Amino acid sequence: MLTFESTQQKGKVLIKLVGALTIYTAVQARKEFSDALEVHAAPEVDLSGVDEIDTAGVQVLLWIKQEAALRGRSIPFAFHSPAVVEVLDLLNLAGTLGDPILIAPPHS
Amino acid sequence: MDMDLAKQTFIQEALELLASMESALLAFEDQADPGESINAIFRAVHTIKGSAGLFGLEGIVRFAHTLETVLDRVRNHEVSLNRASISHLLECHDHLAGMVNDLASQPEGSPDLDPHGRQLLEGLVPLLEGKEVAAFEVVRVDAPVAETAGAPALGGGNGADCWHLSIRFGRQVMQDGMDPLACLRYLGTLGTISHLFSLIHLPEGDAFNPEECYLGLEIELDTAADRKTLEEVFEFVREESVIRLIPPHAKIREYVALIQEAGDSGDLLGDILVKCGCISRDDLREALQIQGKELTTPGSMQRRLGEILMDEQSVPPAVVAAALDKQRRPADRQGIESKVVKVQADKLDRLVDLVGEIVIAGASAHVLAAATKEPALIESTAIINKLVEEIRDNALSLRMVQIGETFNRFRRVVRDVSRETGKAIELEIRGGDTELDKSIVEKLSDPLMHIVRNAIDHGIEPVEVRRARGKVDTGSLTLAATHEAGSIVIEVSDDGGGLNRERILAKAKEKGLIREGEVLSDQEVWQLIFEPGFSTAAAVTDISGRGVGMDVVRRNIDDLRGSIEIESYESAGTTFRIRLPLTLAIIDGFRVGVGAGSYVLPLELVQECVDLGPFLESAENHLVNLRGEVLPFIRLREIFGVHGALPPREQVVVVRYGETRAGIVVDRLLGEFQTVIKPLGELFRQIRGIGGSTILGSGEVALILDVPQLIQLVATANRRPTLSSTVN
Repeated sequence: MLTFESTQQKGKVLIKLVGALTIYTAVQARKEFSDALEVHAAPEVDLSGVDEIDTAGVQVLLWIKQEAALRGRSIPFAFHSPAVVEVLDLLNLAGTLGDPILIAPPHS
Repeated sequence: MDMDLAKQTFIQEALELLASMESALLAFEDQADPGESINAIFRAVHTIKGSAGLFGLEGIVRFAHTLETVLDRVRNHEVSLNRASISHLLECHDHLAGMVNDLASQPEGSPDLDPHGRQLLEGLVPLLEGKEVAAFEVVRVDAPVAETAGAPALGGGNGADCWHLSIRFGRQVMQDGMDPLACLRYLGTLGTISHLFSLIHLPEGDAFNPEECYLGLEIELDTAADRKTLEEVFEFVREESVIRLIPPHAKIREYVALIQEAGDSGDLLGDILVKCGCISRDDLREALQIQGKELTTPGSMQRRLGEILMDEQSVPPAVVAAALDKQRRPADRQGIESKVVKVQADKLDRLVDLVGEIVIAGASAHVLAAATKEPALIESTAIINKLVEEIRDNALSLRMVQIGETFNRFRRVVRDVSRETGKAIELEIRGGDTELDKSIVEKLSDPLMHIVRNAIDHGIEPVEVRRARGKVDTGSLTLAATHEAGSIVIEVSDDGGGLNRERILAKAKEKGLIREGEVLSDQEVWQLIFEPGFSTAAAVTDISGRGVGMDVVRRNIDDLRGSIEIESYESAGTTFRIRLPLTLAIIDGFRVGVGAGSYVLPLELVQECVDLGPFLESAENHLVNLRGEVLPFIRLREIFGVHGALPPREQVVVVRYGETRAGIVVDRLLGEFQTVIKPLGELFRQIRGIGGSTILGSGEVALILDVPQLIQLVATANRRPTLSSTVN
């Protein structure tokens, strides 16, 4: 189960993901993300409600970043949940996903 | 292949997950909002499938995969479960548990999908059908069984350094139910990942299929594991993926080959390898030059790889064996970091034994120190004793487990038995977090099973009878555990018909257990059902009624130094109350003296101590008057036939066990004392009133009194205790 809750705050659109971002929800997530990119100029994504994420989920996050970049826009991610941080840390992708997050030092 | 540690861990974890799955399935049945349960069930199956995949257990993966798909549909409210489908899922659970257990008994095999398993899967089809079948295929029944034969094990040269792993996961990997992250996490348990680069080239726009895997990894792994172990990590994704393992201190040309294979992205890969420190810039430049040259010659790459393999195999076997041995030793040190450490039970027992010895030795040292009257020595032994006490408490608490796990197993039992008997029954569990000694919990399971089955079969009435008696249709059964004065009390209560006094008495007479005209209290009547071969059930069913069981129950409880009592009301229900000591090994004792000898009472049962003189109510009837409450007492010197001069002032120790209080009259009070219980030898087992012996600090032996039995002696007022004939 994955839900996208969009709210407006001070003119900014904040999309909050709640649930599992996995192979089971990847198709849905891709659609929701690309819809959001169509509708909103600069949506921000709140990842604090993502309680489960797998490779498919990471790919969708990377893909929407890439799509935004291709359109010369950006879609910042914020409030990474522990599950997301753990996986980004595991894949050493904190740099690629490019938003300031607090994570443990990379593998040393 | 040896059944390695990882596989054992898998089996253990899988069984734990299956247990939680079972309880979640049962909870699912009675919950209004089953969301949490279905998530737990799903997670259990999902995790089992993932880890089974790591071991190439195709049968389990396939079975679990279908199950998982069904559960995901349930989770997303695409299908709903009814009682029948939950039963079916429970059967699937049993089958999965069976496959895992097979694995435990046959470590070499990989349990395959047998006809029964297929049948179960077919039964799931209705739950899989419907227009919203998940985007990926449910099960590839004809999928080829993964090759389990490992490649020849070839170790690295000098010393364990970093392996380089180059992995390009196959597009289909995730659709086949594997998550590359699982491989990566598992890899992390084998060693330290010193460098990791994720290569994810995602197609633009609609060409991106979110269910395909675009992940590649370049990993530097500092590990002592051998090639075979590393290959096994990727066993399940290996067919579709490109996996290259380069051992530590490999020749540069292996990396060159890797770069060549990478084709267009070779430049990027070269950079990564340089960053990892596998090759130098110069090597890279040279390699790319070679690549440039050889790319024009088709088939050259093949030749080169063949050369490398030949090089590797030319290493003398003795060298390989030595290298492998060297690698394995440090591997033992590495384990999965976890908050829970699993320890074998016999190691714990040994620890508790040793702690018992140290308690005795410490007490002895303390006595000797006290005799020297050296303050410094006395102080230091006092500190040691205090520490020993803490060690003792800690060691014992290691063996303490919550009883909830045992109780939860009865959910399934109750469910199954109630179906067999056609009675609707609700099980309530209270005090599941009550802790008691593991060895006791283990021996408690069987007696509880008998009592629960009996309660359902004989206790709770058929629904028509219940209606006639004005009760709700659903019978209720309660399992409860509480702590009470140094013991744990476990209750099994039902709201059924209660024990039938007349029927038990008639049966007892028929069996010659009681004489005609004998008057028995309720409690005495109820105890009759624990006699061997005693059954009053009108109908013998599969479940109970054969008259075996209740005598076994009492014997088991006796073995645990516990007691069992029954409270029963006609048409209102029955409660079995089992009292057990918290632990079997060490107790806090209260030492008393009679004549020249000393005896120990469990301190928790002692309530107070008073002089006998002022409180004596009736010397003939053995009664004391304690602030208005009249209590029976016994004299230990009479019970144990101790002769010699009476002390000027006799003392009464007031003890309480369960609901009963009584006095024990002794010569002297000697104070608290940590006691290690040594069981009595076979010869003395029959003596009532003594539970064991212990060794005092001075080396003397003291007998530990069995207070419950003594109280029973006191309570049977008109019967004069006659132990003196058997002791002394």
